[in-house]
Amino acid sequence: MTSNTTSKPRLLQGNEACVAGALYAGVEFFAGYPITPSTEIAEGMSRELPKIGGKFIQMEDEIGSIAAIIGASNAGLKSMTATSGPGYSLMQENIGYAYMTETPCVIINVQRGGPSTGLPTKIAQADTMQARWGTHGDYTSITLAPSTVKGCFEEVVRAINLSERFRTPVSVLSDEVLGHMREMMIAPLPGEVEVFKRHKPDVPNEWYRHFEITPSLVGPMASFGDGYRYNISGLTHDEDGFPTAKPNEIKAKLDKLRNKIMRYVDEITRIRTEMMDEAHVAVISYGTVARSALQAVKMARERRIKVGAIQPLTLWPFPEQLIHDALKHVRKAIVAELNMGQMVYEVDRIAPRGCEVIHLGRYDGEIMTPQQILDKIREVVK
Amino acid sequence: MHVQKLESEVIHQYLRPKKKFPNVWCAGCGNGIVMGALIRAIDSLDLDKNEVVVVSGIGCSSRMPVYLDFCTLHTTHGRAIAFATGVKVAKPRLKVIVITGDGDCLAIGGNHFIHACRRNIDITTILINNKIYGMTGGQFSPTTPGGKIGTTAPYGNYEKQFDPVKLAAGAGASYVARGTVYHAQQLEKLIAGGISKKGFAVIDCISNCHTYYGRLNKEGDAVAMIDWIKKHALNVRSAEGLPPEKLEGKFLTGLIHEHDGSEFCDEYQKLVESKGGTLK
Repeated sequence: MTSNTTSKPRLLQGNEACVAGALYAGVEFFAGYPITPSTEIAEGMSRELPKIGGKFIQMEDEIGSIAAIIGASNAGLKSMTATSGPGYSLMQENIGYAYMTETPCVIINVQRGGPSTGLPTKIAQADTMQARWGTHGDYTSITLAPSTVKGCFEEVVRAINLSERFRTPVSVLSDEVLGHMREMMIAPLPGEVEVFKRHKPDVPNEWYRHFEITPSLVGPMASFGDGYRYNISGLTHDEDGFPTAKPNEIKAKLDKLRNKIMRYVDEITRIRTEMMDEAHVAVISYGTVARSALQAVKMARERRIKVGAIQPLTLWPFPEQLIHDALKHVRKAIVAELNMGQMVYEVDRIAPRGCEVIHLGRYDGEIMTPQQILDKIREVVK
Repeated sequence: MHVQKLESEVIHQYLRPKKKFPNVWCAGCGNGIVMGALIRAIDSLDLDKNEVVVVSGIGCSSRMPVYLDFCTLHTTHGRAIAFATGVKVAKPRLKVIVITGDGDCLAIGGNHFIHACRRNIDITTILINNKIYGMTGGQFSPTTPGGKIGTTAPYGNYEKQFDPVKLAAGAGASYVARGTVYHAQQLEKLIAGGISKKGFAVIDCISNCHTYYGRLNKEGDAVAMIDWIKKHALNVRSAEGLPPEKLEGKFLTGLIHEHDGSEFCDEYQKLVESKGGTLK
């Protein structure tokens, strides 16, 4: 694999596509710690970054990894790490720090079974809620979930862009099967997909406020060494970054963390729908399961069952309007996911009246097969 | 020609002009003395304020950066060195200084500390060692001496201690020194030496927490505690050749360990060049 993308088709692993996507999007700093099934991402970055003058460092643990990428991002480099469940848990405190300090960075979580050490080499999708609520406190998460190797590339590019655009950490939820699956992929040429460049301030040092609440809610961001001097703190702070205990300033900060994302929710949320014409039944799924769901829906359509597939590519903020609209004429929505029930609660919350929401879960370390989903479809249309 | 500046002129030049004083520290706290020494050290080296990054963790000492007019990063408990590593690797030309305490650096942050020593990355760490957790109210730390009282060691501390100097030297740091809040001028020179030295520098700075450590252990107020520090510090050069009984109960100060081994960012740059890349 080379760092410069060409239009030649390449046979890549999901994890390798994440590396290619990160480089395409301009990632120049990677800190990580070995963990199955994400390690190929760290390996790829360690191989590629030195060739382009980027920085790779293997840290002493995942806590150090997320800390290092936040430090590097504040020094001006697009930064990323990759891990799996146990590492994602360890990173949570500093992911909160990235929310609070409005530091762009991307965390790829190649999910495996849990809790705890769980199933290092087997698939799960049980970190869906952790990606939303993993760290303590109030905040709004951006989380993306690809389902193909090409999708890994695309969603990592999108994650870097969103992270830089909104000055916030972004998680990408992959999984063990997707990370290790190989598919043919044609990468876009440079310039073909937009790569967002961080907005820098142009005011004098005395005027610059690192956490200014601008009309757009996302102000320009200086980096250390750019000629601006300012304080960054995980303590709740005012617009200058100085710790505050004033209720109005506290509320303004937390409102900003939410609103800078929710105001742009239409720009961030993305879903894919397939065969939803006249569908009375919909299968809602994400990640690897969306592949099985698509196959199951095709099989059901062959049996003249009016069923379609909905796949959120953005998990958080939850694409509630898009999914609500897609479910308008649906009577039964099957939420298929590799856990005991996480996304199903969100769908249940936003489903139109008259649409019954049914969960189809699996949590034995195996993928959900098309047959299993087809069986469920046939059961609910009976 | 170097014009001698008044102390206050030097200090005020490096303090933030708005919205941060009075500081959070107790009257008589050693943190202010360390902050003064750091400012004078930076001034003596004539560093560009825009190119200095001060990183800290959580605790009393870690509140220092907010007062300083540099690029400042107040991070999470124990993680300052890991954040600082990211900053330094991303932009090696920046001077990166970590302010930390004995709990922050040696307990929760111990792993990052030893690995930064091992990498010998060009960061200067000032460890303000008051032998107790001050901000949370006087719990024992990895440097609380045996038998001493902490609020979580109400019957006396029965744990063993870390010696940060031996730990840093053993783990590979290229500049390891100990100063005190009594010996402010020596501390300034040690900090300046650490910043100038290529590689990971550690300055273990013995300080006082009269509010908790002093009160719980009946060691008196700030003046009494700093007087104790004065009487028990022994310069490493003066200690040379002294019989062991003369060293009893004393702790060594000054530059204790130094080497000129390779530094992390330099090594990475060599790797980049060997792969045909250009370091950004």
